[in-house]
Amino acid sequence: MKLPIYMDNHSTTPCDPRVVDAMLPYFTEKFGNSASRNHSFGWEAEEGVDTARKQIAKLINADSKEIVFTSGATESNNLALKGVAEMYREKGDHIITSSTEHRAVIDPAKSLEKKGVKVTYLSVDKTGTVNPDDVRNAITDKTILISIMLANNEIGTINPIKEIGKIAKEKGVLFHCDATQGVGKIPVNVQELGVDLMSFSAHKIYGPKGIGALYVRRRAPRVRLVPMLDGGGHERGMRSGTLPVPLIVGFGKAAELCEQEMATESVRMMALRDRLKAGIMGAMEEVYLNGHPTERLPGNLNISFAYVEGEALLMGVKEIALSSGSACTSATLEPSYVLRALGVGSDLAHSSIRFGIGRFTTEEEVDYTIDRMLKAVNHLREMSPLYEMAKEGIDLSTVEWAAH
Amino acid sequence: MAYSEKVIDHYNNPRNMGSFKKDDDGVGTGIVGAPECGDVMKLQIKVENDTIVDAKFKTFGCGSAIASSSLATEWLKGKTVEEAGQIKNTEIVEELNLPPVKIHCSVLAEDAIKGALNDYKKKAEMKLQQEETTASASS
Repeated sequence: MKLPIYMDNHSTTPCDPRVVDAMLPYFTEKFGNSASRNHSFGWEAEEGVDTARKQIAKLINADSKEIVFTSGATESNNLALKGVAEMYREKGDHIITSSTEHRAVIDPAKSLEKKGVKVTYLSVDKTGTVNPDDVRNAITDKTILISIMLANNEIGTINPIKEIGKIAKEKGVLFHCDATQGVGKIPVNVQELGVDLMSFSAHKIYGPKGIGALYVRRRAPRVRLVPMLDGGGHERGMRSGTLPVPLIVGFGKAAELCEQEMATESVRMMALRDRLKAGIMGAMEEVYLNGHPTERLPGNLNISFAYVEGEALLMGVKEIALSSGSACTSATLEPSYVLRALGVGSDLAHSSIRFGIGRFTTEEEVDYTIDRMLKAVNHLREMSPLYEMAKEGIDLSTVEWAAH
Repeated sequence: MAYSEKVIDHYNNPRNMGSFKKDDDGVGTGIVGAPECGDVMKLQIKVENDTIVDAKFKTFGCGSAIASSSLATEWLKGKTVEEAGQIKNTEIVEELNLPPVKIHCSVLAEDAIKGALNDYKKKAEMKLQQEETTASASS
Protein backbone atom coordinates (compact mmCIF):
# COMPACT_ATOMS: atom_id res chain seq x y z
CA MET A 1 0.00 0.00 0.00
CA LYS A 2 1.28 3.43 -0.98
CA LEU A 3 1.03 6.52 1.21
CA PRO A 4 -0.50 9.07 1.19
CA ILE A 5 -3.97 7.61 0.66
CA TYR A 6 -6.49 9.60 -1.33
CA MET A 7 -9.93 9.47 0.26
CA ASP A 8 -11.34 12.80 -0.84
CA ASN A 9 -13.08 11.75 -4.04
CA HIS A 10 -15.94 14.24 -3.65
CA SER A 11 -13.41 16.98 -4.06
CA THR A 12 -11.93 15.62 -7.23
CA THR A 13 -10.93 12.29 -8.72
CA PRO A 14 -7.76 11.20 -10.48
CA CYS A 15 -7.98 10.81 -14.25
CA ASP A 16 -8.51 7.21 -15.23
CA PRO A 17 -5.45 6.14 -17.29
CA ARG A 18 -7.84 5.03 -20.04
CA VAL A 19 -9.17 8.60 -20.15
CA VAL A 20 -5.66 10.01 -20.49
CA ASP A 21 -4.91 7.56 -23.32
CA ALA A 22 -7.99 8.72 -25.19
CA MET A 23 -7.03 12.38 -24.75
CA LEU A 24 -3.37 12.28 -25.74
CA PRO A 25 -3.67 12.25 -29.56
CA TYR A 26 -5.84 15.37 -29.37
CA PHE A 27 -3.00 17.44 -27.93
CA THR A 28 -0.50 16.72 -30.71
CA GLU A 29 -1.76 15.00 -33.87
CA LYS A 30 -5.47 15.82 -33.81
CA PHE A 31 -5.02 19.34 -32.50
CA GLY A 32 -7.45 21.06 -34.88
CA ASN A 33 -10.16 23.53 -33.98
CA SER A 34 -13.43 21.65 -34.07
CA ALA A 35 -15.06 24.72 -35.60
CA SER A 36 -12.73 24.68 -38.62
CA ARG A 37 -14.91 23.44 -41.43
CA ASN A 38 -12.45 23.61 -44.28
CA HIS A 39 -9.80 21.04 -43.53
CA SER A 40 -9.23 17.61 -42.11
CA PHE A 41 -7.67 18.93 -38.89
CA GLY A 42 -10.97 20.57 -38.03
CA TRP A 43 -12.96 17.53 -39.10
CA GLU A 44 -11.10 15.03 -36.94
CA ALA A 45 -11.36 17.35 -33.94
CA GLU A 46 -15.07 17.72 -34.57
CA GLU A 47 -15.40 13.97 -34.82
CA GLY A 48 -13.76 13.63 -31.42
CA VAL A 49 -16.18 16.16 -29.95
CA ASP A 50 -19.18 14.48 -31.56
CA THR A 51 -18.23 11.09 -30.15
CA ALA A 52 -17.73 12.57 -26.69
CA ARG A 53 -21.03 14.38 -26.85
CA LYS A 54 -22.76 11.09 -27.62
CA GLN A 55 -20.95 9.25 -24.82
CA ILE A 56 -21.94 11.94 -22.33
CA ALA A 57 -25.52 12.15 -23.57
CA LYS A 58 -25.84 8.37 -23.29
CA LEU A 59 -24.76 8.41 -19.64
CA ILE A 60 -27.73 10.64 -18.75
CA ASN A 61 -30.13 9.46 -21.49
CA ALA A 62 -30.19 12.81 -23.29
CA ASP A 63 -29.86 13.76 -26.94
CA SER A 64 -26.30 14.75 -27.81
CA LYS A 65 -27.59 18.11 -29.08
CA GLU A 66 -28.72 18.86 -25.54
CA ILE A 67 -25.17 18.87 -24.13
CA VAL A 68 -23.58 22.31 -23.77
CA PHE A 69 -19.90 22.19 -22.86
CA THR A 70 -18.68 24.58 -20.17
CA SER A 71 -15.55 24.96 -18.07
CA GLY A 72 -17.10 22.96 -15.25
CA ALA A 73 -20.11 22.58 -13.01
CA THR A 74 -19.64 26.03 -11.46
CA GLU A 75 -20.04 27.63 -14.86
CA SER A 76 -22.94 25.31 -15.71
CA ASN A 77 -24.75 26.32 -12.53
CA ASN A 78 -24.12 30.00 -13.18
CA LEU A 79 -25.32 29.67 -16.77
CA ALA A 80 -28.45 27.81 -15.71
CA LEU A 81 -29.51 30.20 -12.97
CA LYS A 82 -28.45 33.51 -14.50
CA GLY A 83 -29.29 32.46 -18.06
CA VAL A 84 -32.83 31.40 -17.13
CA ALA A 85 -33.42 34.38 -14.84
CA GLU A 86 -32.51 36.77 -17.60
CA MET A 87 -34.28 34.95 -20.41
CA TYR A 88 -37.56 34.53 -18.52
CA ARG A 89 -37.47 37.85 -16.69
CA GLU A 90 -40.78 38.93 -18.14
CA LYS A 91 -42.45 35.70 -17.14
CA GLY A 92 -41.43 35.93 -13.51
CA ASP A 93 -38.79 36.75 -10.95
CA HIS A 94 -38.84 33.93 -8.42
CA ILE A 95 -36.39 31.04 -7.99
CA ILE A 96 -36.65 28.14 -5.56
CA THR A 97 -33.55 26.37 -4.32
CA SER A 98 -32.38 24.73 -1.08
CA SER A 99 -30.12 25.72 1.79
CA THR A 100 -27.71 22.82 1.29
CA GLU A 101 -26.88 23.51 -2.35
CA HIS A 102 -23.25 23.91 -3.35
CA ARG A 103 -21.87 27.43 -3.22
CA ALA A 104 -21.88 27.41 -7.03
CA VAL A 105 -25.69 27.51 -6.84
CA ILE A 106 -26.16 29.54 -3.65
CA ASP A 107 -23.83 32.33 -4.76
CA PRO A 108 -25.37 32.87 -8.24
CA ALA A 109 -28.76 32.90 -6.49
CA LYS A 110 -27.47 35.53 -4.06
CA SER A 111 -26.09 37.55 -6.93
CA LEU A 112 -29.49 37.39 -8.66
CA GLU A 113 -31.15 38.57 -5.46
CA LYS A 114 -29.06 41.73 -5.67
CA LYS A 115 -30.59 42.27 -9.10
CA GLY A 116 -34.13 42.02 -7.76
CA VAL A 117 -34.82 38.30 -8.23
CA LYS A 118 -36.60 36.70 -5.29
CA VAL A 119 -35.10 33.46 -4.05
CA THR A 120 -36.62 30.90 -1.68
CA TYR A 121 -34.04 28.73 0.10
CA LEU A 122 -35.90 25.62 1.23
CA SER A 123 -34.77 24.02 4.45
CA VAL A 124 -34.00 20.30 4.58
CA ASP A 125 -34.84 17.61 7.11
CA LYS A 126 -32.27 16.15 9.48
CA THR A 127 -31.04 13.71 6.81
CA GLY A 128 -30.46 16.60 4.42
CA THR A 129 -33.37 15.76 2.14
CA VAL A 130 -35.55 18.35 0.42
CA ASN A 131 -39.26 17.67 0.87
CA PRO A 132 -41.06 17.76 -2.52
CA ASP A 133 -44.15 19.16 -0.79
CA ASP A 134 -42.08 22.16 0.31
CA VAL A 135 -41.14 22.72 -3.31
CA ARG A 136 -44.80 22.57 -4.34
CA ASN A 137 -45.84 24.98 -1.61
CA ALA A 138 -43.13 27.47 -2.50
CA ILE A 139 -44.18 27.77 -6.15
CA THR A 140 -45.95 31.01 -7.06
CA ASP A 141 -47.16 32.30 -10.43
CA LYS A 142 -43.89 34.22 -10.60
CA THR A 143 -41.65 31.15 -10.17
CA ILE A 144 -39.44 30.62 -13.22
CA LEU A 145 -36.93 28.09 -11.93
CA ILE A 146 -36.45 25.37 -9.35
CA SER A 147 -32.84 24.37 -8.66
CA ILE A 148 -32.26 21.37 -6.41
CA MET A 149 -29.12 19.27 -6.24
CA LEU A 150 -29.15 15.55 -6.98
CA ALA A 151 -26.69 14.53 -4.28
CA ASN A 152 -24.99 16.64 -1.65
CA ASN A 153 -21.23 17.07 -1.84
CA GLU A 154 -20.68 16.88 1.93
CA ILE A 155 -23.15 14.37 3.26
CA GLY A 156 -23.98 12.49 0.04
CA THR A 157 -27.74 12.63 0.60
CA ILE A 158 -29.68 11.93 -2.59
CA ASN A 159 -32.74 14.14 -3.12
CA PRO A 160 -36.10 12.92 -4.50
CA ILE A 161 -35.43 14.58 -7.86
CA LYS A 162 -38.04 12.54 -9.73
CA GLU A 163 -40.83 13.72 -7.43
CA ILE A 164 -39.68 17.32 -7.67
CA GLY A 165 -39.45 16.98 -11.46
CA LYS A 166 -43.08 15.87 -11.59
CA ILE A 167 -44.17 18.88 -9.59
CA ALA A 168 -42.13 21.23 -11.78
CA LYS A 169 -43.71 19.77 -14.91
CA GLU A 170 -47.18 19.93 -13.45
CA LYS A 171 -46.72 23.60 -12.54
CA GLY A 172 -44.91 24.49 -15.75
CA VAL A 173 -41.76 25.64 -13.97
CA LEU A 174 -38.27 24.93 -15.33
CA PHE A 175 -36.23 22.53 -13.22
CA HIS A 176 -32.45 22.67 -12.91
CA CYS A 177 -30.50 20.01 -11.08
CA ASP A 178 -26.89 20.29 -9.95
CA ALA A 179 -25.93 16.66 -10.46
CA THR A 180 -22.18 17.11 -10.14
CA GLN A 181 -21.78 14.53 -7.37
CA GLY A 182 -24.35 12.08 -8.69
CA VAL A 183 -23.64 11.68 -12.40
CA GLY A 184 -21.43 8.68 -13.04
CA LYS A 185 -21.98 7.35 -9.51
CA ILE A 186 -25.69 6.56 -9.55
CA PRO A 187 -28.04 6.06 -12.51
CA VAL A 188 -29.16 9.42 -13.89
CA ASN A 189 -31.84 9.59 -16.56
CA VAL A 190 -32.96 13.11 -17.47
CA GLN A 191 -36.22 11.83 -18.91
CA GLU A 192 -37.16 9.84 -15.81
CA LEU A 193 -36.02 12.60 -13.47
CA GLY A 194 -37.91 15.26 -15.40
CA VAL A 195 -35.10 17.79 -15.28
CA ASP A 196 -34.84 20.58 -17.87
CA LEU A 197 -31.32 21.66 -17.07
CA MET A 198 -28.58 19.67 -15.38
CA SER A 199 -25.01 20.55 -14.39
CA PHE A 200 -22.13 18.11 -14.07
CA SER A 201 -18.40 17.93 -14.66
CA ALA A 202 -15.64 15.61 -15.81
CA HIS A 203 -13.21 15.76 -12.93
CA LYS A 204 -15.66 14.18 -10.49
CA ILE A 205 -15.95 11.11 -12.74
CA TYR A 206 -12.27 10.35 -13.38
CA GLY A 207 -12.01 12.79 -16.27
CA PRO A 208 -9.94 15.94 -16.62
CA LYS A 209 -10.43 19.22 -14.76
CA GLY A 210 -11.63 22.27 -16.67
CA ILE A 211 -14.52 20.71 -18.55
CA GLY A 212 -18.14 20.31 -17.59
CA ALA A 213 -21.53 20.31 -19.20
CA LEU A 214 -24.96 21.77 -18.89
CA TYR A 215 -27.75 19.60 -20.18
CA VAL A 216 -30.34 21.90 -21.76
CA ARG A 217 -33.63 20.28 -22.79
CA ARG A 218 -34.62 20.85 -26.40
CA ARG A 219 -38.17 19.52 -26.41
CA ALA A 220 -41.15 19.70 -24.09
CA PRO A 221 -40.17 22.31 -23.08
CA ARG A 222 -37.49 23.87 -25.26
CA VAL A 223 -35.31 25.69 -22.75
CA ARG A 224 -33.70 28.94 -23.78
CA LEU A 225 -30.89 30.78 -22.03
CA VAL A 226 -29.21 34.13 -22.22
CA PRO A 227 -25.50 33.28 -22.61
CA MET A 228 -22.87 34.49 -20.20
CA LEU A 229 -20.22 34.76 -22.91
CA ASP A 230 -20.75 36.40 -26.28
CA GLY A 231 -18.57 35.40 -29.17
CA GLY A 232 -18.43 32.82 -31.90
CA GLY A 233 -21.81 31.35 -31.06
CA HIS A 234 -20.53 27.87 -30.20
CA GLU A 235 -22.73 25.37 -28.37
CA ARG A 236 -25.97 26.53 -29.98
CA GLY A 237 -25.12 30.10 -29.01
CA MET A 238 -25.27 29.30 -25.30
CA ARG A 239 -21.54 29.17 -24.66
CA SER A 240 -19.12 30.80 -27.04
CA GLY A 241 -15.47 29.87 -27.03
CA THR A 242 -13.26 27.39 -28.89
CA LEU A 243 -13.96 23.93 -27.58
CA PRO A 244 -11.15 22.34 -25.54
CA VAL A 245 -11.16 19.20 -27.67
CA PRO A 246 -8.74 17.07 -25.57
CA LEU A 247 -10.72 17.78 -22.41
CA ILE A 248 -14.00 17.02 -24.13
CA VAL A 249 -12.66 13.74 -25.51
CA GLY A 250 -11.51 12.84 -21.99
CA PHE A 251 -14.90 13.80 -20.55
CA GLY A 252 -16.56 11.54 -23.13
CA LYS A 253 -14.31 8.59 -22.36
CA ALA A 254 -14.84 9.10 -18.62
CA ALA A 255 -18.60 9.12 -19.15
CA GLU A 256 -18.43 5.96 -21.23
CA LEU A 257 -16.41 4.15 -18.54
CA CYS A 258 -18.88 5.20 -15.85
CA GLU A 259 -21.77 4.00 -17.92
CA GLN A 260 -20.15 0.62 -18.53
CA GLU A 261 -18.83 0.06 -15.02
CA MET A 262 -21.32 1.81 -12.74
CA ALA A 263 -23.28 -1.31 -11.84
CA THR A 264 -20.26 -3.20 -10.53
CA GLU A 265 -18.35 -0.17 -9.31
CA SER A 266 -21.14 1.18 -7.12
CA VAL A 267 -21.57 -2.18 -5.42
CA ARG A 268 -17.85 -2.36 -4.69
CA MET A 269 -17.72 1.21 -3.41
CA MET A 270 -20.74 0.73 -1.21
CA ALA A 271 -19.16 -2.36 0.33
CA LEU A 272 -15.97 -0.40 1.09
CA ARG A 273 -17.98 2.48 2.50
CA ASP A 274 -19.95 0.14 4.75
CA ARG A 275 -16.74 -1.52 5.89
CA LEU A 276 -15.31 1.87 6.81
CA LYS A 277 -18.51 2.88 8.56
CA ALA A 278 -18.72 -0.34 10.58
CA GLY A 279 -15.00 -0.23 11.42
CA ILE A 280 -15.23 3.28 12.82
CA MET A 281 -18.70 3.42 14.27
CA GLY A 282 -18.54 -0.06 15.74
CA ALA A 283 -15.33 0.65 17.63
CA MET A 284 -15.97 4.09 19.09
CA GLU A 285 -18.50 5.72 21.34
CA GLU A 286 -20.19 8.99 20.52
CA VAL A 287 -19.66 9.05 16.80
CA TYR A 288 -22.58 10.19 14.67
CA LEU A 289 -23.46 9.62 11.05
CA ASN A 290 -24.35 12.79 9.16
CA GLY A 291 -26.76 12.53 6.25
CA HIS A 292 -29.21 9.87 5.19
CA PRO A 293 -28.72 6.27 6.40
CA THR A 294 -29.56 4.75 3.01
CA GLU A 295 -30.33 7.40 0.40
CA ARG A 296 -26.75 8.46 -0.08
CA LEU A 297 -23.94 8.29 -2.62
CA PRO A 298 -22.20 4.90 -2.65
CA GLY A 299 -18.75 6.35 -1.82
CA ASN A 300 -19.82 8.87 0.80
CA LEU A 301 -19.41 8.68 4.55
CA ASN A 302 -19.68 11.69 6.84
CA ILE A 303 -19.16 11.24 10.56
CA SER A 304 -18.95 13.58 13.55
CA PHE A 305 -16.55 12.55 16.30
CA ALA A 306 -17.77 14.18 19.50
CA TYR A 307 -15.25 16.08 21.65
CA VAL A 308 -12.57 16.34 18.97
CA GLU A 309 -12.08 19.11 16.47
CA GLY A 310 -12.10 18.14 12.80
CA GLU A 311 -8.98 19.90 11.66
CA ALA A 312 -6.96 18.52 14.55
CA LEU A 313 -8.22 15.09 13.58
CA LEU A 314 -7.10 15.59 9.97
CA MET A 315 -3.70 16.58 11.31
CA GLY A 316 -3.53 13.30 13.19
CA VAL A 317 -4.13 11.29 10.02
CA LYS A 318 -2.15 13.49 7.69
CA GLU A 319 -1.15 10.64 5.42
CA ILE A 320 -4.83 10.21 4.51
CA ALA A 321 -6.45 12.88 2.36
CA LEU A 322 -9.83 13.70 3.88
CA SER A 323 -12.05 16.71 4.32
CA SER A 324 -13.62 18.30 7.39
CA GLY A 325 -16.66 20.46 8.05
CA SER A 326 -14.63 22.21 10.69
CA ALA A 327 -14.40 25.98 10.51
CA CYS A 328 -10.69 25.85 11.01
CA THR A 329 -10.22 24.46 7.52
CA SER A 330 -12.01 27.43 6.01
CA ALA A 331 -11.16 31.09 6.01
CA THR A 332 -14.55 32.06 7.41
CA LEU A 333 -14.24 30.28 10.79
CA GLU A 334 -17.86 29.16 10.35
CA PRO A 335 -18.48 25.42 10.40
CA SER A 336 -20.17 23.66 7.50
CA TYR A 337 -23.44 25.38 6.56
CA VAL A 338 -24.68 22.08 5.19
CA LEU A 339 -24.38 20.32 8.54
CA ARG A 340 -25.88 23.36 10.28
CA ALA A 341 -28.85 23.18 7.89
CA LEU A 342 -29.42 19.60 9.02
CA GLY A 343 -29.67 20.78 12.59
CA VAL A 344 -26.27 19.38 13.56
CA GLY A 345 -24.95 21.49 16.46
CA SER A 346 -21.95 23.73 15.78
CA ASP A 347 -19.85 21.61 18.12
CA LEU A 348 -20.53 18.42 16.15
CA ALA A 349 -20.23 20.28 12.85
CA HIS A 350 -16.71 21.26 13.91
CA SER A 351 -16.07 17.59 14.62
CA SER A 352 -17.10 16.20 11.25
CA ILE A 353 -15.01 14.34 8.71
CA ARG A 354 -16.01 13.49 5.14
CA PHE A 355 -14.68 10.28 3.66
CA GLY A 356 -14.90 9.99 -0.11
CA ILE A 357 -14.28 6.51 -1.48
CA GLY A 358 -13.52 6.25 -5.17
CA ARG A 359 -12.78 3.95 -8.08
CA PHE A 360 -9.20 3.36 -6.96
CA THR A 361 -9.79 2.94 -3.21
CA THR A 362 -8.71 -0.47 -1.89
CA GLU A 363 -9.85 -2.57 1.05
CA GLU A 364 -6.36 -2.27 2.52
CA GLU A 365 -6.61 1.51 2.44
CA VAL A 366 -9.98 1.38 4.16
CA ASP A 367 -8.63 -0.84 6.93
CA TYR A 368 -5.61 1.40 7.39
CA THR A 369 -7.90 4.42 7.61
CA ILE A 370 -10.05 2.77 10.28
CA ASP A 371 -6.98 2.00 12.38
CA ARG A 372 -5.52 5.50 12.04
CA MET A 373 -8.83 7.20 12.79
CA LEU A 374 -9.30 5.22 15.99
CA LYS A 375 -5.82 6.13 17.19
CA ALA A 376 -6.15 9.81 16.29
CA VAL A 377 -9.56 10.15 17.92
CA ASN A 378 -8.31 8.51 21.11
CA HIS A 379 -5.21 10.73 21.16
CA LEU A 380 -7.36 13.86 20.84
CA ARG A 381 -10.03 12.74 23.28
CA GLU A 382 -7.28 12.20 25.86
CA MET A 383 -6.39 15.82 25.26
CA SER A 384 -9.96 17.16 25.12
CA PRO A 385 -11.37 19.08 28.10
CA LEU A 386 -14.84 18.41 26.71
CA TYR A 387 -14.33 14.66 26.82
CA GLU A 388 -13.05 14.93 30.37
CA MET A 389 -16.08 16.99 31.41
CA ALA A 390 -18.47 14.57 29.71
CA LYS A 391 -16.78 11.66 31.49
CA GLU A 392 -17.29 13.50 34.80
CA GLY A 393 -20.98 13.56 33.99
CA ILE A 394 -21.22 17.25 33.15
CA ASP A 395 -23.87 18.09 30.58
CA LEU A 396 -21.93 20.26 28.15
CA SER A 397 -25.05 22.01 26.91
CA THR A 398 -25.60 23.49 30.38
CA VAL A 399 -22.11 24.95 30.67
CA GLU A 400 -21.79 28.70 30.29
CA TRP A 401 -18.89 29.12 27.90
CA ALA A 402 -16.69 32.14 27.73
CA ALA A 403 -17.21 32.47 23.97
CA HIS A 404 -14.68 34.53 22.09
CA MET B 1 -2.38 24.77 4.86
CA ALA B 2 0.92 23.43 6.10
CA TYR B 3 1.70 23.54 9.79
CA SER B 4 5.05 24.62 11.16
CA GLU B 5 7.34 21.93 12.53
CA LYS B 6 6.87 23.27 16.04
CA VAL B 7 3.07 23.03 15.83
CA ILE B 8 3.36 19.46 14.58
CA ASP B 9 5.77 18.61 17.39
CA HIS B 10 3.43 19.96 20.07
CA TYR B 11 0.53 18.12 18.46
CA ASN B 12 2.36 14.79 18.38
CA ASN B 13 4.07 15.24 21.75
CA PRO B 14 1.88 17.52 23.83
CA ARG B 15 3.74 18.90 26.86
CA ASN B 16 2.09 18.81 30.26
CA MET B 17 -1.18 17.41 29.00
CA GLY B 18 -3.58 16.56 31.80
CA SER B 19 -5.45 18.03 34.75
CA PHE B 20 -5.03 19.06 38.39
CA LYS B 21 -7.84 18.86 40.88
CA LYS B 22 -9.50 22.24 40.65
CA ASP B 23 -9.98 22.57 44.38
CA ASP B 24 -6.43 21.72 45.38
CA ASP B 25 -4.41 24.36 47.16
CA GLY B 26 -2.53 26.69 44.84
CA VAL B 27 -4.29 25.50 41.69
CA GLY B 28 -5.71 28.06 39.28
CA THR B 29 -7.91 27.02 36.35
CA GLY B 30 -8.75 28.95 33.20
CA ILE B 31 -11.30 27.61 30.74
CA VAL B 32 -11.88 29.70 27.64
CA GLY B 33 -13.60 29.27 24.28
CA ALA B 34 -16.77 27.40 23.41
CA PRO B 35 -17.51 24.12 21.62
CA GLU B 36 -19.65 26.03 19.08
CA CYS B 37 -16.60 28.05 18.10
CA GLY B 38 -14.49 24.94 17.69
CA ASP B 39 -12.03 25.82 20.45
CA VAL B 40 -12.06 25.13 24.19
CA MET B 41 -8.88 25.46 26.22
CA LYS B 42 -8.38 24.45 29.82
CA LEU B 43 -5.17 25.71 31.34
CA GLN B 44 -4.16 25.02 34.93
CA ILE B 45 -1.30 26.26 37.09
CA LYS B 46 -0.01 25.05 40.43
CA VAL B 47 1.53 27.84 42.51
CA GLU B 48 3.85 27.54 45.49
CA ASN B 49 5.36 30.62 47.12
CA ASP B 50 4.18 32.82 44.29
CA THR B 51 5.99 30.66 41.70
CA ILE B 52 4.28 28.43 39.13
CA VAL B 53 5.75 25.02 39.89
CA ASP B 54 3.61 23.06 37.43
CA ALA B 55 1.14 23.66 34.61
CA LYS B 56 -1.26 21.45 32.68
CA PHE B 57 -3.58 21.83 29.71
CA LYS B 58 -6.38 20.14 27.83
CA THR B 59 -7.57 21.55 24.53
CA PHE B 60 -10.40 20.90 22.11
CA GLY B 61 -9.41 22.70 18.94
CA CYS B 62 -7.24 22.63 15.87
CA GLY B 63 -3.54 21.80 15.88
CA SER B 64 -2.56 25.43 16.38
CA ALA B 65 -4.81 25.71 19.43
CA ILE B 66 -3.31 22.54 20.89
CA ALA B 67 0.21 23.77 20.23
CA SER B 68 -0.51 27.24 21.67
CA SER B 69 -1.75 25.81 24.95
CA SER B 70 0.96 23.17 25.12
CA LEU B 71 3.60 25.86 24.61
CA ALA B 72 1.92 28.06 27.22
CA THR B 73 2.34 25.37 29.89
CA GLU B 74 6.05 25.14 29.08
CA TRP B 75 6.48 28.86 29.40
CA LEU B 76 4.46 29.12 32.61
CA LYS B 77 6.56 26.70 34.61
CA GLY B 78 9.11 28.47 36.76
CA LYS B 79 7.60 31.91 36.28
CA THR B 80 6.22 34.00 39.13
CA VAL B 81 2.54 34.87 39.00
CA GLU B 82 3.41 38.38 37.94
CA GLU B 83 5.80 37.26 35.20
CA ALA B 84 3.21 34.85 33.87
CA GLY B 85 0.79 37.72 33.43
CA GLN B 86 3.22 39.31 30.99
CA ILE B 87 3.04 36.51 28.40
CA LYS B 88 1.65 37.94 25.18
CA ASN B 89 -0.15 36.14 22.38
CA THR B 90 2.23 37.69 19.86
CA GLU B 91 5.11 35.79 21.43
CA ILE B 92 3.20 32.55 20.91
CA VAL B 93 2.49 33.50 17.27
CA GLU B 94 6.17 34.13 16.73
CA GLU B 95 7.40 30.97 18.45
CA LEU B 96 4.97 28.70 16.57
CA ASN B 97 4.99 30.58 13.24
CA LEU B 98 1.21 30.79 13.26
CA PRO B 99 -0.38 32.13 10.06
CA PRO B 100 -2.86 35.05 10.30
CA VAL B 101 -5.96 32.79 10.32
CA LYS B 102 -4.60 31.04 13.44
CA ILE B 103 -3.83 34.11 15.51
CA HIS B 104 -7.07 33.61 17.43
CA CYS B 105 -5.57 30.38 18.83
CA SER B 106 -2.77 32.36 20.46
CA VAL B 107 -5.25 34.93 21.77
CA LEU B 108 -7.20 32.11 23.33
CA ALA B 109 -4.04 30.79 24.99
CA GLU B 110 -3.30 34.23 26.45
CA ASP B 111 -6.87 34.43 27.71
CA ALA B 112 -6.53 30.97 29.26
CA ILE B 113 -3.33 32.03 31.06
CA LYS B 114 -5.08 35.14 32.39
CA GLY B 115 -8.08 33.03 33.41
CA ALA B 116 -5.89 30.60 35.34
CA LEU B 117 -3.97 33.42 37.06
CA ASN B 118 -7.18 35.22 38.02
CA ASP B 119 -8.69 32.03 39.36
CA TYR B 120 -5.56 31.40 41.42
CA LYS B 121 -5.55 34.96 42.79
CA LYS B 122 -9.23 34.79 43.64
CA LYS B 123 -8.79 31.51 45.47
CA ALA B 124 -5.73 32.85 47.31
CA GLU B 125 -7.66 35.93 48.43
CA MET B 126 -10.60 33.87 49.59
CA LYS B 127 -8.28 31.62 51.53
CA LEU B 128 -6.66 34.63 53.14
CA GLN B 129 -10.04 36.04 54.11
CA GLN B 130 -11.10 32.70 55.56
CA GLU B 131 -7.92 32.50 57.58
CA GLU B 132 -8.47 36.04 58.87
CA THR B 133 -12.05 35.23 59.84
CA THR B 134 -10.98 32.06 61.63
CA ALA B 135 -8.14 33.95 63.30
CA SER B 136 -10.39 36.76 64.54
CA ALA B 137 -13.06 34.26 65.67
CA SER B 138 -10.57 32.30 67.75
CA SER B 139 -9.01 35.39 69.37
